[in-house]
Amino acid sequence: MEKAFFDQDNINDSLDRVDGRLKVTGKATYAAEYQLPNIAHAVLVTSTIAKGLITALDSKQAERAPGILAVISHVNSPGVPAYGSSPAMPERATLGTPLRVFHDNLVYFSGQPVAVVVADTLQRAKYAASLVKVQYEKEPHQTDLEANISRAALPANVQRDKNSRYHDYDRGNPEALNTAAVKIEATYKIPTEHHNPLEPHALIAHWEAPDKLTLYDKTQVIKGTQGNLARAFKLPIENVKVQAKFIGGAFGSGIRVWPHVMAATLAAKKVQRPVKLALPRELMFNSVGSRPETIQKLSIGATKDGRLTAITHEAIAHTSTYEEHTERTVLATRVLYACPNVRTRYRLVNLDVNTPTWMRGPGEVTGVYALESAIDELAYALRIDPLELRLRNHADSDPEKNLPWSSKSLKECYAKGAEHFGWHKRTLEPRSMRQGQFLVGYGMASSMFGVHRNNAKARAVLQADGKVIVQSATSDIGPGTGTAMTQIAADTLNISPALIRFDLGESTLPDAPGQTGSTTVSSVGSAVKVACEALKQKLLQLAVTSPHSTLYNANPADLSVADGRIFKTQNPAVSITYTEILKQNNLPQLEVTEESKPGAEWQKYSMSAFGAHFVEVHVNPITGEVRVKRVVTCAGVGKVINLKTARSQSIGGIVGGIGMALTEESVMDHRFGRYVTADFANYHVPVHADVPQIDAFFIDEHDPHVNPVGAKGLGEIAIVGVSAAIANAVFHATGKRIRNLPITPDKLI
Amino acid sequence: MNSFTYFRAHEVAAALTEKATAPQAKFIAGGTNLTDLMKVNVEQPHHLIDIRRLPLNKIEETEENGLRLGALVTNADTAYHPLVESRYPLLAKAILAGASAQLRNMATNGGNPLQRTRCYYFYDTATACNKREPGSGCSALNGYNRIHAILGTSEHCIAVHPSDMAVALTALDAKVNVTGPQGERVIPFPEFHRLPGDTPNIDTNLSPDEIITAIDLPTKGFAENNAYLKLRDRTSYAFALVSVAAALELEGNIIKEARIALGGVAHKPWRKPEAEAQLVGKEANPENFAQVAETLLAGAQGFGHNNFKIELAKRAIVRALLQAAKMEEIS
Repeated sequence: MEKAFFDQDNINDSLDRVDGRLKVTGKATYAAEYQLPNIAHAVLVTSTIAKGLITALDSKQAERAPGILAVISHVNSPGVPAYGSSPAMPERATLGTPLRVFHDNLVYFSGQPVAVVVADTLQRAKYAASLVKVQYEKEPHQTDLEANISRAALPANVQRDKNSRYHDYDRGNPEALNTAAVKIEATYKIPTEHHNPLEPHALIAHWEAPDKLTLYDKTQVIKGTQGNLARAFKLPIENVKVQAKFIGGAFGSGIRVWPHVMAATLAAKKVQRPVKLALPRELMFNSVGSRPETIQKLSIGATKDGRLTAITHEAIAHTSTYEEHTERTVLATRVLYACPNVRTRYRLVNLDVNTPTWMRGPGEVTGVYALESAIDELAYALRIDPLELRLRNHADSDPEKNLPWSSKSLKECYAKGAEHFGWHKRTLEPRSMRQGQFLVGYGMASSMFGVHRNNAKARAVLQADGKVIVQSATSDIGPGTGTAMTQIAADTLNISPALIRFDLGESTLPDAPGQTGSTTVSSVGSAVKVACEALKQKLLQLAVTSPHSTLYNANPADLSVADGRIFKTQNPAVSITYTEILKQNNLPQLEVTEESKPGAEWQKYSMSAFGAHFVEVHVNPITGEVRVKRVVTCAGVGKVINLKTARSQSIGGIVGGIGMALTEESVMDHRFGRYVTADFANYHVPVHADVPQIDAFFIDEHDPHVNPVGAKGLGEIAIVGVSAAIANAVFHATGKRIRNLPITPDKLI
Repeated sequence: MNSFTYFRAHEVAAALTEKATAPQAKFIAGGTNLTDLMKVNVEQPHHLIDIRRLPLNKIEETEENGLRLGALVTNADTAYHPLVESRYPLLAKAILAGASAQLRNMATNGGNPLQRTRCYYFYDTATACNKREPGSGCSALNGYNRIHAILGTSEHCIAVHPSDMAVALTALDAKVNVTGPQGERVIPFPEFHRLPGDTPNIDTNLSPDEIITAIDLPTKGFAENNAYLKLRDRTSYAFALVSVAAALELEGNIIKEARIALGGVAHKPWRKPEAEAQLVGKEANPENFAQVAETLLAGAQGFGHNNFKIELAKRAIVRALLQAAKMEEIS
C-alpha cells in the first residue's frame, strides 16, 4: 500500500476528508436521523404478486391497532396532482411513466408499495402493516429474461429519438467477421445485481405548510429531486426543499425519486406530521432499482498476428413494463479498440419487475465485462499474451467519432500496472501456474469510462475573518466531494484548505447536477474553480483600484498571490491580504456565483478515462473456491485532486468488481416473480476476507481540454473491467471459461 | 413485529414455571435468530421468557474427563476457551467458521443448535412453507433450491440446518442435557435434530417445554487429527453450501477411528456410522477417502439447483479427511 503513495508524491497531496471526523464520531446526520418534533413513522405494505389488480384492501384491523395515524393506499391517497388519470388496462405498459404510487389498483411488480401505514412509533407501524389484508386478482407475469428473449426489441424511446446512441450501429463491413483468419464467438451473462449501499434508503417528508414541502432524503440528485417533487405536487420550485448532507453510499440507487419517496410524502400530507420512512434491507431489492440482467453475444475476428478485423456485440437487457431503462452497454465496444468493422445491437425486454437503474459504471461495466472476456478468449485462440494483443489494437484516436482523444494514457496504464503486478511472470498456458495445491491464474482487462460534464454553479463567499464559504447543491455518496472541492477552492484562491468550508447537500444552494456518471469533479469542481477564480480576480481588481491599497495602481500582471496575500512578484514585501481588502473597502464580505458549462471542446475531442486492472487468483482444484489474492489497478483520469480519496475510490471499485465476478447475484423465483435472495444472508456482497491487497496507481495525466479542473472522473472507471480481469484470471488458473457471473464454486467443479 | 410481553428468569425452575403458565411463549437467549424471525413476522410470540441470566454460563470438566459447556456460554467464549481449543479444536474451528464475531459474541451454545433454517421460502411469508405453516406446501421443492438438502429430504421439506457448531458436535458424539417439567434427560447429539418427514415444523427432539442446560463433550476430542471444512459462496460470513467435520484417530498412517459429519446437506448434521466403520483399519489416502465419500452420499438426491452439492460434498469430504490426516495444507 505504501508504494502506491510514495509513487505518487509528485501529483498531489492527500488532504484528510473534511467530514471524516464527523462520520467516525457519529456526528454526521443522515436522512433518517433528523430529529423533528412530532415525527411519525411509516412502514410500507408491498404487493406479493408480480402482476394483476388489487381487488380489496382491508385496513380496518390495522387502523384499530395502537398508535396508528393512517393507512394510506389507492383507496384514500391524498393524490399526486401530476399523476393525471389512470390509463385503461390494456395499455398499462406506458413507456417512461414512473410508477404512480397509490394511484390505482394496478400491480406492476412484486414488492410494489400498495399501502403505507403511519404510526407514532416504528414498531407500531410495523405491526399494523402486518395486519393490512390485500386481495389480488393475479394475471400471468413474465420475469424471466431468457424465456422472453424473443420479445427483445429496440427501446421505443430510442426509436423515437434519431440522435440516440443506442440505435443499431454498423461501422465498415461487420460481415468481415465471416472471413476472419481467427474468430471467437461467445455469450456472456450477468445476473441482476442490487446496489445495496450500507445505508438503506430513507427519508423524512415534512409539509411545513400546505404548499411547502421539505424532504430529508438519501438522494444523489438534490436539485433533480426538488424539481421532481415540485412538478409532481405542482408547487413553485422554491417551495420544495431537499436536504441530503450525508449519504451512506448509493452506487446509483439514489439517482431517481423512487416510489417510497412518494409514499412517505403522501403519508406526511395525510397525517400532517413529518413522516419518516426507512426501507428495511429486504425492500432494497424491489424499491430502488438494480443493475439489469444482461445477455451479450460477442464475436471477434482477427488476423493471425492479432489485428482485429471485426467485432459484433449484441446485448439484451431487462426493463420494467412501465419504463425503459437504457444504458451504455455496447458503446465501449465501438471505441476501445482500433477495429475497422464494428456492429453493435442493443435490445430490451420488458418484464413484470421494477425498473432497473444505473449502478456503478452503468452499461460500461456490463459491456466491458463481455468485451474484455472475449478479447481474452481471442488471445488464447491466437496464442498471444492478452496484454500484447491489446497493445496491438490500441485505438490512437476515437474510431467512432473520428476525433482525437483529449488525452489518453492507456498504454502507460498497461505498462505501469504490468510492472507493479509482475505480469511478465505469467505463463501463457491455462493451468500452467501453481502455488502449493492451488491453481494460480493471472488475468487483466482494460477499463474505460467516458468523460461527462454538466452545467454547474458554485458560490464563493470571502468573509471578514478570511474564511471562504463555497457552496453548491451537489452531494457526496462517498467519494469525498467536500474534500475535493475544498482542495480545488484552496488551490484556486491560494489559501489554506483549513480556511475553506464547502457546503453541499441542500437544494437552496447554487444549482448542481446529481452525483452521477463520475461528473462531480468535472462539473461542480469546474464551477468551484471558476467561482473561486472570479473571487480572486475581484480581489485583485479591488487591490489595484482601492486608493488605500498598498497595491493601488499596480499592474495586475505584476502581482502574485500566496496564502491569501496579494503581492508584487518582484517585491513580495509590498502586499495586501484578502481580509485587508475587505476592510479597506468596508465590505462585510465578498461574494461571487459563477456557472461553468461544457463548450466547443466537445466537438473537437473525444474524452474518456482509461485504465487497466491486473488480478491474481488462486483456485482450489478440488472444490473450486476462487480467492482473489491481489489486484493492481492503474488509471489515467486526468488530474487527481486527492490521492488518498482517489485511491479509496479505486479500491471500492475493485471490491465492487470482486462482488460482481464472484459473489453477487439477485435470484428471482419466476413462479412468484419475487427475489428469493433478498437479504444480506443470501445476497453476498464481498466481506473483508474476500478482499486482498489492492494497489491503485494513477498516471500523471494533464488534460487541458476536459474541463477547467482537468479531472476526468474516477468513480465508474474504478469498477469497469474488474469482473473481466477476474474471470480471465480464473480461466488462466483453471482452463475453464465461466461466461455467466458470478463464478461460484459449483461452476468450477 | 407484534407487541409482546417479557419475563426474565434467573433460575431454571422459574423459567419452566413461566413456560407452564404461557405455553405459547418463546425462550430467548442470545436472540440472534429469534429477533430476526420476529422482524419478518415468521415468529410472532406474544410472550418472551429471557433465559440469558440462568446460571448455566460455565465451562467445566466432567467427572468422565469430558467437558460440560453451559448452555448460556457464548459461542465466542466457547471457541476461545483454552480447554476447547486444546482438547476439542474441531469444535472451536466449526464455531469460528460460523456467523460473524459480533453474532458469536451474542449467540449461546444452547441457542446455536436451535436456530431455524435459512430457506428463502421459510423467511418469505408471501410464499408457502410447511416448516413455517404446516400443510401450506414446500416452495423450495420445485423452486430455487441451490442451498437446499440432498440427503434425508421429504416431499414436505428440503430445508437444511444452518449450524456449523452442530456439525462438529454431531461428529464428536456430544450429548445435550435438557430439563423440563418431567425432569432432566440426555439426548445424544446425533439424535437431537430430526429429519423433516411429514412434520418439518419440528426441528429437534427437544420438547417445547424443555430447556437445554448444557452440552457435554466426551473424553475423546480427536485433538490431533481433525478438520472443519466449510465451502460457501464467499470467504467468510455465509452459510455453508457444504461443510464437513472430520476427525481421525491414526496409528501411523492407519485409521483406528473416523468421524465424519456433514453440514449444509440435510435437515440435520449428516452422519453415517457404516461409512466411518468402512475406514477403520484402512490407510489414510485419497482413494479410501473418496470411497467413504461415496458411502456418505449414497442415496443423495438433488432438486435441480442444488445437484452440484452431491459432487461438491464428495470432494469436500476428501479434502477434509486429507486435512485431518495432515496431508493437505489448510487454505
